[in-house]
Amino acid sequence: MTDTTTTPPEIGGIGHSVKRVEDARLIEGQGNFLDDIALPGMLHMALVRSPVAHARINGIDTEAATAVDGVLAVVTGELMDQHGLAWMPTLSGDTQAVLATDKVRYQGQEVAAVIATDPYAAADGAELVDVDYEMLDAITTPQQSLADGAELIRDEKEDQTDNLAYTWETGDEAATEAAFAAADRVVSLTTHYPRSHPAPLETCGIVADVNSVTGQATIYMTSQAPHAHRTLFALVAGLPEQNIRIVSPDIGGGFGNKVPIYPGYVVATAASLLIGQPVKWVETRTGNLISTGFGRDYYMTGELALTNDGRIQAMRVDMLSDQGAFYSDAQPTRYRAGLFHVCTGSYDFPHAHIKCRGAFTNKAPGGVAYRCSFRITEASYLIERLMQTAADELGIDPAELRLRNFIQPEQFPYETATGFVYDSGDYPTALRKALDAAGYEELRAEQAAAREEGRLVGIGIAHFTEAVGAGPAHTYDIAGLKMIDSAELRVHPTGKAILKLGVKTQGQGHETTFAQIVAEETGIPATDIKVIHGDTDDTPYGLGTYASRSTPVGGAATAMVARKIADKARHIAAHLLEAAPEDIERTADKFHVAGSPDQAVSIQDAAFAAYTNLPEGMEYGLEDVTYYNPPNLTFPYGSYVVVVDVDPDTGVWKVRRMVALDDCGVRINPMIVEGQIHGGLTEGFAMSSMQWITFDDDGNCIGSNFMDYLIPTAWETPRFELLETVTPSPHHPIGAKGIGESATVGSPAAFVNAVVDALAHLGVRNIDMPVLPDRVWEAIDTATA
Amino acid sequence: MEITININGSDHTADVEPRLLLVDHIRTGAGLTGTHIGCDTTSCGVCTVLVDGTPVKSCTMLAVQADGREVTTVEGLKSADGLHPVQQAFSDEHGLQCGFCTPAMMLVGAALIDDNPDPSDDEVRWAISGNLCRCTGYMNIVKAIQAAAAAASSNGDS
Ligand code: FES
Ligand code: FES
Repeated sequence: MTDTTTTPPEIGGIGHSVKRVEDARLIEGQGNFLDDIALPGMLHMALVRSPVAHARINGIDTEAATAVDGVLAVVTGELMDQHGLAWMPTLSGDTQAVLATDKVRYQGQEVAAVIATDPYAAADGAELVDVDYEMLDAITTPQQSLADGAELIRDEKEDQTDNLAYTWETGDEAATEAAFAAADRVVSLTTHYPRSHPAPLETCGIVADVNSVTGQATIYMTSQAPHAHRTLFALVAGLPEQNIRIVSPDIGGGFGNKVPIYPGYVVATAASLLIGQPVKWVETRTGNLISTGFGRDYYMTGELALTNDGRIQAMRVDMLSDQGAFYSDAQPTRYRAGLFHVCTGSYDFPHAHIKCRGAFTNKAPGGVAYRCSFRITEASYLIERLMQTAADELGIDPAELRLRNFIQPEQFPYETATGFVYDSGDYPTALRKALDAAGYEELRAEQAAAREEGRLVGIGIAHFTEAVGAGPAHTYDIAGLKMIDSAELRVHPTGKAILKLGVKTQGQGHETTFAQIVAEETGIPATDIKVIHGDTDDTPYGLGTYASRSTPVGGAATAMVARKIADKARHIAAHLLEAAPEDIERTADKFHVAGSPDQAVSIQDAAFAAYTNLPEGMEYGLEDVTYYNPPNLTFPYGSYVVVVDVDPDTGVWKVRRMVALDDCGVRINPMIVEGQIHGGLTEGFAMSSMQWITFDDDGNCIGSNFMDYLIPTAWETPRFELLETVTPSPHHPIGAKGIGESATVGSPAAFVNAVVDALAHLGVRNIDMPVLPDRVWEAIDTATA
Repeated sequence: MEITININGSDHTADVEPRLLLVDHIRTGAGLTGTHIGCDTTSCGVCTVLVDGTPVKSCTMLAVQADGREVTTVEGLKSADGLHPVQQAFSDEHGLQCGFCTPAMMLVGAALIDDNPDPSDDEVRWAISGNLCRCTGYMNIVKAIQAAAAAASSNGDS
């Protein structure tokens, strides 16, 4: 049987830029987003949030709020506590306040909730809840937090005597230290990857509908991981899991922001249970930016030990992460600093040692994998910035330095110094192709000439390797749940099919691409396959969509279940053709007897026979389910080249060109892959140029709305030139890797390297993100003073 | 206050609170949920509708201010002849991913090509610079609006 069928366009299997089926409803305004859901008798909830970063709560007066016309109830932490729900577990094994009872620990923390018949009344009520705060000093950096004598933020936790959230370390310290002691050169870089926020344009929300008679809880929720959320709801709220149905409707972008369970979800569900009516809560934008899962906030010092000719011998990293008030990173249990292990990048060297401490601060909790596979963005940024630093310090061209140190194609599978086994790659080819497309030699010549004239031109390179598709069950779990995923395929008598997924789209186009996988493997046209996802009553179990795991895990499950179906269809075809199953071959859309293509039956004929005319002893029907446990992660990579022009008088920099080569293995739908890359590059540009969440000394969040938290518009966003190479993953059934996050992971270093490169001859080695014009101007000013 | 707004060609009369935002009136009062809400500060543009043909952020206009005016939402883009060229082009050019910004982007695009049948890349980017998109990186949105402009003029020619 041929597994690598290339299908004609009417089948629309792998490799076709099939137009998206999702579009039909979305372009007519018929999407069904969370806030579009309205149930009979539905009430509305507004949250009361703390205006201050650190304070003791001496009392909450709800009288005026309760008196507002339309307000039915005001929920406080005290009430939640009576039901054992004032605190909830986080995804990292900590606990988080649902509604504050003792203290508030960050600005924006949830203090009370007002339930009303209409959203305006709920908001009026929330304005009138009067909380008596006794101010405490705010701790706004992890350095302050871990200093001697710092006030204890988590004073409610038994055994917590300081503000340390966790420590983590990996690699061989002794071998790394020995390599550094023997090195010709040591290059180091200290930088802060600032706090950022995924900020999907749709905020988070819930409609909780708990039926007090039947006990059925139907929960519509902006969830990237509905099955995991159902299990966690069952565990936290003590509801029987079979009575909980989570429905994640159309999602207006996620980017990691919709992975955690937030206090608003818990309060709305409790309120629906207590009042006996559906309760809707939709976050305000400010609520979203100041309280829900942020990304990054890592202070990093990285060092490379090198020979004089630029061969890397070892890498050493020391980090401090700002966790906010609760340790609620959404990441696999064993990985305290996510998959930071990939900080060894695309390079072949034997030793690394990495250590990290996480600290509590008076800031919002929730280090989510913001468009990245658990801290890979930070790791990739560090190594690629270090490569630029090393190139500048050693006087070696940054492209050449990378080429000297790359893992070579024949070394795959390659085990890194931190124990990850990269599946496949051809890094030199990728980098050379990107450099050629950019016209690298000419650009360097132009740069030299420009410097003579006092103009600043920078060329930034980043060659990143990601680790996506968590993950193998022996190592990867979240809250104890193994990170497997599933697909169920039902083929009906007319040959039309329904595919049900454990993963959940937020705009990535699963309804299109996953049907293409089935089309490839079975010959059923993609347009005849309906893809269902997001409803836990109607889909098999899975851990959801984040960390680029849909295609590596859910896509693999889909290919495997489709193969089971194709195999059964082949047996049926053999029966119909009166031949032995081993003599049946499959072409794109038919089964035929080997050597006689005329004697053929279609997959549709086989499907009909599955319900009407079966071989002796075969079970009726044509459906199956697969749970896929990936043998390894997949390791997409890319080579990015950015050219910038920097105005020496203002520090303003403009991207002249952005050449992005991505290798994500086999591309299921090239159009969608390119769309993912465009979006990812834009977020990388955003983080490097303008987007950050910062705080003043009192812990007030600066970046609490889209006037302060800047997201690039079309006007600022550069144009991108995309390239590809295709190195299939050897262990993935269709050779695919992940792509949703590559560009966000890889591009920030390319943009920053470009600006630093423009100033390198002045001696500038680093500008922290976001690379704001005033920072650039200051770097120039200091360097030329 | 009693107001009458012509929404997508039909008059819609309602008794509303003076403080009711137009976006809430469209979504809840008229039940047209293709118009979205994405911020609290008039920044994101996902609430954009056309008021008398001009793009307006409906989160920053009161429903009573729209009394007696014509409002077009995404639900009103399609005509008896089928999809509006911008709708077709957004799908053809992969100008949408999650689709949350899309209704507003298409309306701004439709208004632009009404005025300017052949907008340049920069002209499209300037026109949509009040509308954020978090998914697409804008390139395909620009392409889609330009393709729609081309399709609209060739329809007009034929
Ligand atoms: S909702 Fe953001 S501009 Fe109107
Ligand atoms: S398509 Fe998701 S915000 Fe634009």
